[in-house]
Amino acid sequence: MQTEPRSTDADMASTGFLNDDVHEGDHASSSIQAVMINRPRSELYAFWREFRNLPLFMANVRSVSSDGRDWVIAGPGGMDVELETEIVEDRPGEKIAWRSTEAADVDHEGWVEFRDNAFGRGTEVRVMISYDPLAGAVGKLVAKVMQREPRIQARRELRRFKQLMETGEVSTSQAPGAAPRG
Amino acid sequence: MRALTWHGKHDVRVDTVPDPEIVNPRDAIIKITATAICGSDLHLYDSVIPAMHRGDILGHEFMGEVVEVGRGSTSLRVGQKVVVPFVIACGQCFFCGKEQYSACDNSNPADKSDASEVAYGYPAAGLFGYSHLTGGYAGGQAEYARIPYSDFGPIVVPDGIEDERVLFLSDIFPTGWMAAENAGIEPGDTVVVWGCGPVGLFTIKSAIHMGAARVIAIDHHPRRLALAKQNGAEVLNYHEVKVLEALKEMTAGIGPDACIDAVGMEAHGFAPDNVIDAVKQETKLGTDRQHVLREAIMACRKGGRISMPGVYGGIGDKLPIGAFMQKGLTLKTGQTHVQKYLPKLLELVMDGQIDTTDLISHRLPLEEAATAYKNFHDNPNEWTKVVLKP
Repeated sequence: MQTEPRSTDADMASTGFLNDDVHEGDHASSSIQAVMINRPRSELYAFWREFRNLPLFMANVRSVSSDGRDWVIAGPGGMDVELETEIVEDRPGEKIAWRSTEAADVDHEGWVEFRDNAFGRGTEVRVMISYDPLAGAVGKLVAKVMQREPRIQARRELRRFKQLMETGEVSTSQAPGAAPRG
Repeated sequence: MRALTWHGKHDVRVDTVPDPEIVNPRDAIIKITATAICGSDLHLYDSVIPAMHRGDILGHEFMGEVVEVGRGSTSLRVGQKVVVPFVIACGQCFFCGKEQYSACDNSNPADKSDASEVAYGYPAAGLFGYSHLTGGYAGGQAEYARIPYSDFGPIVVPDGIEDERVLFLSDIFPTGWMAAENAGIEPGDTVVVWGCGPVGLFTIKSAIHMGAARVIAIDHHPRRLALAKQNGAEVLNYHEVKVLEALKEMTAGIGPDACIDAVGMEAHGFAPDNVIDAVKQETKLGTDRQHVLREAIMACRKGGRISMPGVYGGIGDKLPIGAFMQKGLTLKTGQTHVQKYLPKLLELVMDGQIDTTDLISHRLPLEEAATAYKNFHDNPNEWTKVVLKP
């Protein structure tokens, strides 16, 4: 495990990176993103823990099995990629952590954590994603699936999760139905 | 449907495009009955706001009749006449809870908000028809529009009221109102408004309604100055007088209590700083021309207030920051929190307390929108406000 902060990028200046004791992410490319959601912690945890809900806000995820083990991710050209993960930690209302199994094509791990904001502003949700980009065709595919950087992917997915939890829907202006273009 | 679409600098066209659809549960579709061209649309026309795509439908001042509602839009009914705020707000996030609707955290789609997060530190809210920085939503210079969060934003207007009386609740009336509110007007105050375009005129109306003792309006177009005068302002033509000297003289050396920049990033005029800014903007070395803001800071009395409804998008420099600090000024600005003001302003319109139609110079069919843009841009003296009818 690395002991130095991986980046001085302000986006990554989370406590997880500044404090060596809680430094996380075993892989080359890691990111922690945080978002405040104006809904109760238990509700957010329960929605996430129902893993079949994840494709509702994870843009490239086609399906997740109810035990969180089997993921199907949409690849380019209609090709699907299957990922197998195991849940390594599940603290109700607080945290869910996962890690790829030996069988997975992509070596990755991640967690999501839910904390009550101390000042009554809702629930603080933090997501950590860490993976090793691979060389070759599979690596390119993974990079595409991950929208090139886990940081961007995590940020967008947290935004969608927040939208869905607070407003009941994921904002969109996608053409042609939502924003017709000439 | 037919819609006014953006194709590049000074190139807008009325095209046939697909009809919008209900996409999310809280959406509604309205059939547009009246829409207007905003001064800020000219920033898009001049291509000084980034992240525009060919084919984008412009327009953020519009109203119409509800023709379809999603299953999650519980408060609207088909057939109602509504005015739509240009700011898209969810009503449920931290910011909406504080009535800071133009800071809504949810209305800018996740795949669109990276750019404004980089440019501004945090993602901007969604706006209708105003670039992909603010969501890439199709605008209302069209026959139909999709309204996200339609159960929260649009205000239902009484049956039978003329469109023109309520259309400007969508943007320029609340924008002028908030500009005056941000000026913190107190009894006895002299308020100066730079720019007598539609927002400037609504700022003048609002400042007088809020009890300003004196409003001084600055522009160089005679017809716009005449409108300002007709609304109760004293006027200065900056081609004829030195603004700072005139204001100092008119206030006997105290200076105006509040200064309002209703011009923004494309200030006109040939002051040396503005010429340099214009060159920088043209060559992309800078993005904004902030001559008016500089002048407002210099003109304002010690301990006074600056309000800035004028639109800025990027980077400016050479602000007299020393004058700002040493005089102890306050600056308030922002995209308008439209939803916050609508009930009160609709009441003022219904009571006949504010004339919302005197600034309209031209009424045209949507089909002539491209010509209307050109004229509004090239001949601002005659073309003070354009209303389009689909």
